[in-house]
Amino acid sequence: MAANSDNVIITIENVTKNFGKSHALRGVTTNVKKGEVLMIIGPSGSGKSTLLRCINMLELPDTGSIVVDGISVMEKKTNINAVRAEVGMVFQQFNLFPHLSVLENIVLAQKVVRKRSTAEAEKVARQQLQHVGIPEKADAYPNELSGGQQQRVAIARALAMNPRIMLFDEPTSALDPEMIKEVLDVMVSLAKEGMTMVVVSHEMGFAKAAANRIVFMDQGKIVEEGSPVDFFTNPKSDRTKAFLSKIL
Amino acid sequence: MTASIEQPQEGKIIPVINNFSKWPWWALAIGLAALVIIYNFITNQSYNDAISYIGTGVITTIRVTLTAYSMALVGGLILGLGRVSKNVLYYNIATFYVELMRGIPMLVIILYGAFVVVPVGLNILTTLGNWLIGISFLAGVGQALTQLDIQKIDMSGRAIAGLAMGYAAFEAEVFRAGIQSIDKGQMEAARSLGMNYVQAMRFVILPQALRRVLPPLGNDLIAILKDSSLISALAVNDITQLGKKFRARSFSSFEAYNTMAFLYLTMTISLSMLVKFIERKTSRGR
Repeated sequence: MAANSDNVIITIENVTKNFGKSHALRGVTTNVKKGEVLMIIGPSGSGKSTLLRCINMLELPDTGSIVVDGISVMEKKTNINAVRAEVGMVFQQFNLFPHLSVLENIVLAQKVVRKRSTAEAEKVARQQLQHVGIPEKADAYPNELSGGQQQRVAIARALAMNPRIMLFDEPTSALDPEMIKEVLDVMVSLAKEGMTMVVVSHEMGFAKAAANRIVFMDQGKIVEEGSPVDFFTNPKSDRTKAFLSKIL
Repeated sequence: MTASIEQPQEGKIIPVINNFSKWPWWALAIGLAALVIIYNFITNQSYNDAISYIGTGVITTIRVTLTAYSMALVGGLILGLGRVSKNVLYYNIATFYVELMRGIPMLVIILYGAFVVVPVGLNILTTLGNWLIGISFLAGVGQALTQLDIQKIDMSGRAIAGLAMGYAAFEAEVFRAGIQSIDKGQMEAARSLGMNYVQAMRFVILPQALRRVLPPLGNDLIAILKDSSLISALAVNDITQLGKKFRARSFSSFEAYNTMAFLYLTMTISLSMLVKFIERKTSRGR
């Protein structure tokens, strides 16, 4: 809790993670302030998704420390589920539960984890569907929705748990171009509401509209970080310049 | 060459031959054979004797099959969850059991269950009961356990134990395959919402996996029905045992075995039609 004095909500210190012989993360240090929108970019295999997955313990770091909202991820005693309930995650492949309707998708974890009553959970679910702009799809099943709609349901599902932090793992990479905007709009409005967000994405539109800080990763390390304006107009390292020249 | 592509449309004979050759002749043949046998049941005295004697075994066969199958499903689910468990002990016990059972012939398992597992298991339970009587608040449980008696478990009960033991291993593998066929992202999404492993299994993974394994579970119901004929080795009066008895006393082998085959086929074919129906329904669903 000591770190809260300067409003830091996620502290990442010297984190390493190996998958067999490949080094996904080799010493990453950064932190995220409350209400900050941090965007992580980098080539594939640079470790950006692994870093994100370490924050909500889908992967456990090998060494280093991650403290989320005052709770250390690395300690054995830590109740993983307690941390995860505070950290919402949105996946590239949406990962909606196909056997449940949209409403049931959003209600399930509220009832099971947050122990809310059915009536209360459904009320929250409908509010969140309104929030992401598809209240009329409550009774549809995931396979009846477009990719953009599915991803918005996934965001609503995570938000319904009232997380303090939202993680986005390439949320628009599996979408058709014309559906990207509807998802980004939801994310931008979420950022404007003051949600703490860590976003792995290459959407420059989102970077310009909502990001406070950009982190560029390559080969398991942070190469460069800075404000979006500085980062895009005035990159310092050659590696960053080479990467930006390819994606812009 | 272009002309030859259009040929099938001009010659209208070809589709007719195709339709004709696609007829389910095999089903027709089975139906005809069944009709002949049913006709014999009505008109032929020795067939009539056979069906009225052997037919009483149908109830036993169905009872043994369904009881053993339900037990195998429960055991199989527990073992199947062990097969995908990250808990070393749970995984190894489940895998040990499955590998052991799948390598032993069903008849041997049934004999083993009837003459080793059930008596030894009862011995252990009565010993436990005697011990529990000494503990004041568990005395009632202990009393009940000591009352268990091998004489009270008839051969059909022991046969059920054997069949269930063997089939639990098969169902375990069906459940394991079903669970593993569910995309990894489903577990990650459930866990990232704060659910623990058991909650994620129960509310997210298993409902999807069970829907997927319905067809193989149905096929195993048919298989256990057929394998239930092995319990005749324990002299349980099922279809097979009564058929053997009928042949022994009447010397009409043809009638006895035709009747047995007829009874089994009626049940298996109806079941397989039911399985196909369920399969069609679930594959159409979401």
